[in-house]
Amino acid sequence: MEEASVKLLELTDVTIRFGGLVAVSGLTFHVNPGELVGLIGPNGAGKTTVFNIITGVCPPTSGSIVFSGVSVGGQRPYQITARGISRTFQNIRLFSSLSIFDNVRTAFNLHLKNGFFGSVWRGGSFRTEEAEVRREALELLEIFGLAAYADLPCRSLSYGDQRRLEIVRALATRPKLLLLDEPAAGMNATEKLELMKLIQFTKERFGLSVLLVEHDMKVVMGICERIAVIEYGRKIAEGTPAQIQKDAKVIAAYLGEEASDARS
Amino acid sequence: MNEFLQQLINGISLGSVYALIALGYTMVYGVLRFINFAHGDVFMIGAFSAMFGHSLIKRSGLVMPDWLVALVVLTLSMVVGALLGTLIEKLAYKPLRERPRLTVLITAIGVSLLLEYVGQLVFGAAPRGFPSLIESKSLGGFGSLQLSSVQITVVLVSGGLLMGLRAIVMRTRMGLSMRALSLNPTAAALMGVNTNVVISFTFGLGSALAAAGGVFYASLYQAIDPFMGVLPGMKAFIAAVLGGIGVLPGAALGGVLLGVLETLVVGYSKVLGIPSGFRDAVAFLILILILLFKPTGLLGKAHREKV
Repeated sequence: MEEASVKLLELTDVTIRFGGLVAVSGLTFHVNPGELVGLIGPNGAGKTTVFNIITGVCPPTSGSIVFSGVSVGGQRPYQITARGISRTFQNIRLFSSLSIFDNVRTAFNLHLKNGFFGSVWRGGSFRTEEAEVRREALELLEIFGLAAYADLPCRSLSYGDQRRLEIVRALATRPKLLLLDEPAAGMNATEKLELMKLIQFTKERFGLSVLLVEHDMKVVMGICERIAVIEYGRKIAEGTPAQIQKDAKVIAAYLGEEASDARS
Repeated sequence: MNEFLQQLINGISLGSVYALIALGYTMVYGVLRFINFAHGDVFMIGAFSAMFGHSLIKRSGLVMPDWLVALVVLTLSMVVGALLGTLIEKLAYKPLRERPRLTVLITAIGVSLLLEYVGQLVFGAAPRGFPSLIESKSLGGFGSLQLSSVQITVVLVSGGLLMGLRAIVMRTRMGLSMRALSLNPTAAALMGVNTNVVISFTFGLGSALAAAGGVFYASLYQAIDPFMGVLPGMKAFIAAVLGGIGVLPGAALGGVLLGVLETLVVGYSKVLGIPSGFRDAVAFLILILILLFKPTGLLGKAHREKV
């Protein structure tokens, strides 16, 4: 069927330069609706930069980014978030001294009608909206087993729970595409297994597409339907986990040239 | 004892003015992590707007009760202050958002000098009398203790403004966005917070408070000039550092503390053996001591960056 029109996110020939450094060069790839795509590469390959480009933190030097059929290149981060892209961070970036509930509420504000004067006046429509936010936020927190702690400051949560809260906060912006930046970092084997289940559950429950940057190959190979590999800002391979594991260029990128020579 | 109470009241009224200005420093520091040195000049413009607003109302021949005149004049100068603050941010600081903080800091000093010397050009360098917005009368007293209506009004209205600010920051959606932005700008932007709007709002709010501070300061001392913002601005900055920069209750506390300390030093200059001319040195001595022994300020928390 019309494959070109159903892509959720499509990057075409995206390049970004920081001064003389080309961090991402001619990158073309896409995410289909409902798909779980992995983005991997050695350290410094430009994975997080790709996230920053997609979310509008670093606008690309050239190339196009189309999300849900709309060109979002050059839009501000909050506008892109409003269109349905949300993310979590490699190093947790919660609002540390705010309560768990307020962390989620910040992300809800995006879709609320009552602005500053609404919240000063505190009229009927504001209060209904506020009650609605509270209900929805608690519902989300409940799903991730955090509702009981809603009024505690978020830094009192354990590391794993903070990661979960980041996902809840990201979901509160009502995304169509969720970007996860190394969610397994710092987790042990059991926690990683739980995380894999959690990611798949979240994707199904909220009907999302997921783009995952991750170093842990077990996690990536275990849940991704498709994987793109980048090295020095260029895409060197793309395919199913099985294809990627056999790809000579990928092996060379990860193990170094000599190792792949030795194999062949 | 009475004399001490008298000095305390004087100190609190001066301190509440410092507190109002200090809040603006600390709020801007909270969202942008830099010290807006032009803040003291917004305070000066606030006082001048009140003066012109007052004479406009008097000349228009409208008959209004005195309290209404005072309220209109105060509101007007706060609006002028808010507009000026957001304008300064848009024109001078926003283009430098991605630049090193030092660049912005030096620009702030430039803006400050610009406002002072343009003020001198437009308003003249000589001090001008400030109209009494609140009828100055003694509210009687207890023995030799004198309560002036101006002082009491300044303290009460400042207190009201502080409560209002607290309500905005803690209870409105914009306030939540401000807190989120000050804790983590990138994450806030990616969670759908329109950072430019929040930053403009913060500048507007802080500058409105500074303008109100200008009106109160002028009401207490009844004279204004284009350089009137320099010292109170510096002292409010010290108050913000004293309370813990970036912490709102800290700015309020630091302001009042500094006002009281300064007044006490002047009041007891003979007893302490410090010439009263050293009143301004007190503030800077406090700054040096705070930076040496408790750089995070009284209510500030040590800030650790987790990587």
